[in-house]
Amino acid sequence: MCAYLDNSATTKPLKEVADKVYEMLSDTFGNASSFHKLGLDANAEVRRAREMIAKALSCDIEEIYFTSGGTESNNLAIFGAVQANRRKGKRIVTTAIEHESVLQACDELEKQGYEVIRITPDSKGEITEKQIFDAVNSDTILVSIMYVNNEVGTIMPVKAIRKAVSRAHAPALIHIDCVQAFGKLDVKPSKLGADLVTITAHKVHGPKGVGALYVRKGVRILPRTFGGEQEKKLRPGTESSPLIAGFGKAVELFPDIKAQSEKIKEINQYAREKLSAINGVKINNTPAASDYILNVYIPAFMTSQTIVQHFSSQYGVYISNGSACAKGKKSHVLTAMKLSDKIIDKSVRISFSGNTTKADIDALVQAVSETVEKYPV
Amino acid sequence: MREVILIKNGELVLKGLNRNTFEDVLIKNMKRALKEIGEFKFTKSQSTIMVAPVDEETDLDDAVEALSKVFGIAALSRAAVTEKDIKAIKSTALSYLGEKLEEAATFKVEAKRSDKKFPLKSPEICRELGGFLLSKFHHLKVDVHNPDIIITVEVRDTYAFIRGNNIKGAGGMPVSTSGRAAVLISGGIDSPVAAYMMAKRGIELISVHFASPPYTTELAERKVMDLLHKVAAYSGPITTYVVPFTELQEQIREKCPEEYFTLIMRRYMMRIAEILAKRQNCSALITGESVGQVASQTIYALGCTDSVTTMPVFRPCIGMDKEEIIKISRKIDTFETSIQPYEDCCTVFTPKHPKTRPHMDEIENAEEELDSAALIERAVKNVRKTVIK
Repeated sequence: MCAYLDNSATTKPLKEVADKVYEMLSDTFGNASSFHKLGLDANAEVRRAREMIAKALSCDIEEIYFTSGGTESNNLAIFGAVQANRRKGKRIVTTAIEHESVLQACDELEKQGYEVIRITPDSKGEITEKQIFDAVNSDTILVSIMYVNNEVGTIMPVKAIRKAVSRAHAPALIHIDCVQAFGKLDVKPSKLGADLVTITAHKVHGPKGVGALYVRKGVRILPRTFGGEQEKKLRPGTESSPLIAGFGKAVELFPDIKAQSEKIKEINQYAREKLSAINGVKINNTPAASDYILNVYIPAFMTSQTIVQHFSSQYGVYISNGSACAKGKKSHVLTAMKLSDKIIDKSVRISFSGNTTKADIDALVQAVSETVEKYPV
Repeated sequence: MREVILIKNGELVLKGLNRNTFEDVLIKNMKRALKEIGEFKFTKSQSTIMVAPVDEETDLDDAVEALSKVFGIAALSRAAVTEKDIKAIKSTALSYLGEKLEEAATFKVEAKRSDKKFPLKSPEICRELGGFLLSKFHHLKVDVHNPDIIITVEVRDTYAFIRGNNIKGAGGMPVSTSGRAAVLISGGIDSPVAAYMMAKRGIELISVHFASPPYTTELAERKVMDLLHKVAAYSGPITTYVVPFTELQEQIREKCPEEYFTLIMRRYMMRIAEILAKRQNCSALITGESVGQVASQTIYALGCTDSVTTMPVFRPCIGMDKEEIIKISRKIDTFETSIQPYEDCCTVFTPKHPKTRPHMDEIENAEEELDSAALIERAVKNVRKTVIK
């Protein structure tokens, strides 16, 4: 038995997605910019994927730019926006609990002389609208805040960004990293007040190596890479048509978001109840967070990294120690929440998808309780 | 809280006895634009039409977006409906415009009181509501000259309406109040703009596109359909004919002098378009031509193309510079699509040195060489018809 509970790291691709990618690689392998039939066919697949994604975001197909994934989309959005706005101001507003690809990009811009404001969360991992209002001034050229945090699932008050930017009469572009929200919450950019939105395929049962950046019509950002005419020169390079088509297929097969949320809510409550009943176990994130993510302190004589390995080898239970992108580095999110090192060292992330069942939770609960019992702190 | 959209008619209010007919068409067009968004009720009163969602869950953002592209509307605004009572007006303004007021740094309240029995006079309403909002939002300041948001309270016969800033409408006249016309559409920048401009004056559109496979590609045709789709957001559905033009172009190339290729081709396009236009009860043709832009658009050349049709040919871009045309194409969002580099039937058979001062007798002589009637008949017989929405 395998209980895969690491869906915020990546999800299992759907069979239809894998088939689509295979078919594109083996049959429809033309260059999507070629004018012959194989090219036109690949081009049609890319377009279909673009239509699917535009429909999911309720935007126009011209507003979707394919990239290699979340990290590239975030970098393109941040550097592209700052570069385009560089004469209008100096301030960049973000939070201390963004994904590495946003934090590192902002660090780099700080070295280049921009003023970076990093809003810090409270101990529950939450930030307030007021913090956003206070951080944005008329010199602000970019606000980049994620919709759902990838480690503790906090749902950020992103709709306040537009209000803050308008009130301050700031020339800022608004970037929202929706990697963990896409397919789970309503991420219509127009409703969020976003100019730029990052999404990626492999968190929604699509293939790895493909994502997209939504760029609102009329918004100008500058490219990071230079080359051909693809993606209107904002992201040149031969379109990865197999992966893009796979992404489109995954989005086409999205389940009803509301119905799935109900189901996940139930699973989350079940897991919270069962885990809290185990002696010493603590849940680090609030029930107000996304139901798809639990962050749990496990009082065993092991660090989170060894807990993860132990669970997979002994129980077939797959979870993670913080963000997979950090490769074992101490979690900056839990650190920003001012949790003690003792807690941080033994905290793990459990993340759900539409495939998760109560049986998966039962397997997890068994792993946790046996481990806590056998290897007490 | 009930929310509605208030529509201010454009120049329709200047119409006389047939104003009702115009308004009915406008309502019909609004219904069509809102079809996929939800069900709405329409109420006419004075120069305003009230659009109320039947289901309160309906997304009014989407509705406003769709209505902002409907011709015949000068301005539109979302409004909350409330009782005619200053307490209710205050609390509704707070809950309804709270989000917007958080965005704003400055504001101003305006009041209109068409019900003169309402106990407070307009300036009193402004003072009461303004003071109340200032006490609730400490960051707000009053600015009567250049406010971020103007809050308008309208006290009418049965209800009071509270609304924020107006949104500019698409202007013009309701589509189909001015008859039908057929637009010749190529895939360039100008013809979609011409189509949009005539639709704005209330003309219902059909379109004719000429395809010359294998000299033109599928992509070129898809580009035209994409363009029409964008125009259709304003004009409503466009019945589209794709005319197979290869044989005609090949014959022209084989039998006519090179310097006249484009002009003779244009004349056949007009002939065929006129036949299709008549079939669809159109009263005019529309093209994107602009004087002097290319050789076939000198006034002499335009004279030669015009002479083959009896229908009036509307060329709304005729006196515009390319920059002005591009500005409109950006506004209606066709520019990016128009500049995709696919061969169309106009670019394929372009002569090296086209005649800018053509002679009609030379053209007519050249056309003698062609079996015009049969060529036109075959082209018309094999048209493909689709409706672009």
